[in-house]
Amino acid sequence: MGEIKQIKNLKEFSTSVERFQGGHRLCPGCSHSIIVREIVNATEDDLCISTATGCLEVCSTIYPFTSWDVSWIHIGFENAAAAISGTEAMHKALARKKKGYSDKPMKFIAFAGDGGTYDIGFQSLSGAVERGHDFMYVCLDNEGYMNTGGQRSSSTPVGGATTTSPAGRVSYGEKMQKKDMTAIMAAHRCQYVAQVAPSSWKDLVKKAQKAYQTPGATYINAMSPCPTEWKFDPSMSMEVSKVMVDSCVCPLYEIEYDPQTHNYKYTVNYEPKNKLPVKEYMALQGRFKHLFKPEFSHVIDQWQRDIDAQWDYIRRRQDAGV
Amino acid sequence: MTEEHLLKGWEEFEAGALLFSFEGDPSQRKFHENNSIHHSVADWRVLKPVFNEELCIHCQFCWVFCPDTSIIPKDKKFGEIDYVHCKGCGICSDVCPTNPKSLVMFANQTPIEEALRNWPAKDEKKKENSDG
Ligand SMILES: Cc1ncc(C[n+]2csc(CCOP(=O)(O)OP(=O)(O)O)c2C)c(N)n1
Ligand code: SF4
Ligand code: SF4
Repeated sequence: MGEIKQIKNLKEFSTSVERFQGGHRLCPGCSHSIIVREIVNATEDDLCISTATGCLEVCSTIYPFTSWDVSWIHIGFENAAAAISGTEAMHKALARKKKGYSDKPMKFIAFAGDGGTYDIGFQSLSGAVERGHDFMYVCLDNEGYMNTGGQRSSSTPVGGATTTSPAGRVSYGEKMQKKDMTAIMAAHRCQYVAQVAPSSWKDLVKKAQKAYQTPGATYINAMSPCPTEWKFDPSMSMEVSKVMVDSCVCPLYEIEYDPQTHNYKYTVNYEPKNKLPVKEYMALQGRFKHLFKPEFSHVIDQWQRDIDAQWDYIRRRQDAGV
Repeated sequence: MTEEHLLKGWEEFEAGALLFSFEGDPSQRKFHENNSIHHSVADWRVLKPVFNEELCIHCQFCWVFCPDTSIIPKDKKFGEIDYVHCKGCGICSDVCPTNPKSLVMFANQTPIEEALRNWPAKDEKKKENSDG
């Protein structure tokens, strides 16, 4: 196990030797790369990363260039977790068989979008976690298939307009509830599961470090505001992220599972002093614009009830200690 | 990418080859010819951030939130803007907590001296915020 990198404040953090370089082709203001930098700069250990097809992979590895200054592997859209579990097993075997192959600690990470996690990559993720490989899985959750032009996924929230759940005269957009992937991964008995947002950098770095130190598979759901498909100005990414956290649309919490006692420990890492109405979060984004018409106001009311219920649920689990 | 690279079959690559973390003096760091650092995205930019040294408190919010690794810190202070990789998204200016801001977006063709002369005044209505 490597040493935990000391990161007390941003000044200290800013001395990191960057491992994800500019020159990639992600849209201006894309949160994917902010999250990636916060995670890869949170450790000094060697890294081995797999990336599923999606904006991050496509834009960071346009031939003949790569933005990754770490060991990096890509195979398909549906198998980031399968690729990293095979890599981790190979690394273990070679380190045992070949003297001097790799004596320093190596950390394994899989990055995938929500399409590559909640939908198409779900079975490979579930299998890799079940087999107990030692890796961190990070879902860059921008609530849709953005690289192919913004189709709905099982992470798209109710009322969101996408190209396959368009809003119009008769429809308010997406009808299905967003899947609770964080709870599903906790149910896989991952010892560490957490939700993060890029604007809360300290919380994100701390959780990444916890995941690096935890043996076995860990899961991080990183909400990733997408200016292009959520339809807001690129300079607003961190504003949207902050309001997302302060309205509890993206509660910052973690779940630790104890394999001895089979107990789940919920921790809410941030309680907004002044909880904002979800309306404020929605008003920032073009994908919810239609909901502000009088005939669709019931969707916003329902959102508020759902978000309040979810927030209440997480805090009750925390208070009950189970 | 060299001719030699292109002609290699998958079975000729070394199994389990690893790239280790960079160690040593960051200022002496050299990048591989295929690193995207050698690719310019400067032509994406419509607006560019301009830095005003006199106002900056070196909080590094702009560094941590830049999606294009284009704020280059130096010894825990603001160092410089990398105009080869900056796409002009405006996040650095948005998160800058000083009043007036130390990073302001100007039209890409504006000369730096002209931008500094036309710096916005202090916003009297806004409280300084320093949350992260
Ligand atoms: C098996 C397969 N099906 C479809 C595609 C086409 N495809 C490429 S990227 C992408 C969308 C990725 O969406 P997501 O995983 O949510 O990541 P995002 O781009 O939003 O970050 C799709 C459908 C593919 N590459 N492989
Ligand atoms: S479409 Fe969205 S997720 Fe994809 S690169 Fe653009 S901003 Fe990022
Ligand atoms: S405008 Fe955007 S890309 Fe350019 S330095 Fe600022 S945050 Fe980085």
